[in-house]
Amino acid sequence: MSTPEKKAPSNMDELLDGLWKQNPIFVMVLGMCPTLAVTVSAINSISMGLATTFVLAASCLLVSLLRNAIPKEVRIASFIVIIATFVTVVDYAIQAISLDLYEALGAYIKLIVANCILLGRAEAHAAKTPPIPATLNAFGMGIGFTIGLLAIGGVREILGAGKLFGISLFGPHFQPWVVMVLPPGGFFVLACWLIVFAWFKQNKANKSKPQQGCHTTPTTEGSRA
Amino acid sequence: MTEQTQAAPVFTSTASMIRALGLIATICGVIIVGVYESTLTPVAANKKLALERQVFKVLPGAKHVTEYFATASGITPTEGHTVPADAVRFYAVYGADKKLAGIAAEGSSAGYADQVRVLYGYDVTKQAIVGIGVVSMRETPGIGDKILTDEDFLKNFKELDVRLAGDMQALANAVKTVKHGTKKNAWEIDAISGATVTSKAVGRGINQSAQALLPKLVPHIDQLRSQP
Repeated sequence: MSTPEKKAPSNMDELLDGLWKQNPIFVMVLGMCPTLAVTVSAINSISMGLATTFVLAASCLLVSLLRNAIPKEVRIASFIVIIATFVTVVDYAIQAISLDLYEALGAYIKLIVANCILLGRAEAHAAKTPPIPATLNAFGMGIGFTIGLLAIGGVREILGAGKLFGISLFGPHFQPWVVMVLPPGGFFVLACWLIVFAWFKQNKANKSKPQQGCHTTPTTEGSRA
Repeated sequence: MTEQTQAAPVFTSTASMIRALGLIATICGVIIVGVYESTLTPVAANKKLALERQVFKVLPGAKHVTEYFATASGITPTEGHTVPADAVRFYAVYGADKKLAGIAAEGSSAGYADQVRVLYGYDVTKQAIVGIGVVSMRETPGIGDKILTDEDFLKNFKELDVRLAGDMQALANAVKTVKHGTKKNAWEIDAISGATVTSKAVGRGINQSAQALLPKLVPHIDQLRSQP
């Protein structure tokens, strides 16, 4: 992505980028604060993921639309104001939808402002890209983030509470593994997923080694982190 | 930083920087205020609904809730009044027959992780607390949050004595959390074994709130007998 106009990625590539190849949680390892804090249940993970997706897509769209009007000297201030605006919008919207959810997500809604995925995407991608691909890319990143949160939240809820989406899975005799819904559980589960991803990557790299000495995937990943 | 900018071939004028920031501030301002105003009604409705749901849980048979505040000089409905800093808020709860079903109020105290905020229902004739619910807490799941589910613990609040002393200045007996299995009196709370800190927070929160509210409220209780 550091040399963008060489081969312009298609809209589909933009959308799929965040889902797998550049997954914000498992590949770029960004936005760890909500990743560890709100993933105590699947429903919290999805809500947080969707809230972030909305902020990401809306702020990248606006940043992209205004990209020629924002001088680079004031761009950080501009991006942060735009991001903070959409976080406020989400904050009010969630209060209007469900107060229970609002209580559950607590301060982490407001902390979306400081989630590095947002400023990262605005700065590294939306500020240099036309509105449609910028929004698609942001949307894909958001969905990738949601999937990441759900992968962690689902495991933590199953092990720590014996439930998934609040539905009891193992009956009344299940002894919940409480530590999984406590802060350390977040680290354990995240670490396990990162191992899985690293193992996949290693496998893929080993397979492609005999055919070509130098492959391009790691460099693209590295350039964005 | 400035030297670099000046050396760069493209020079950004002060006016264009101010203009860009002004433009963004205007757009964002319009979005925020627009969303705030359009969500105001549903958010208020949600808050009322959540409160009613809480109150109905601690006072069965409740149908209608009115918010009041009590000061040394008497009780006043919150609606249309500014609440003074030293006032104690409470809810007058009415049944389907428009008669006073009880009083609900909030107490809070530091638990293991954060403030434990409980809402309790006060029965005027029994002079006792007849139910509690948790407004918010961050206690350890599986340990502290047993205060929501532990049946033996909840039995404490079937009729927890909060009678006022003869001079109407304080409770006759302060509400107190005691070690699991040692409850002897109607004003004591039998703690959950293993969750003593949270149990104590509940007791302390109720005691503080009842000590502050009931001496101001009970002398004026006749004002609240029927739904306004």
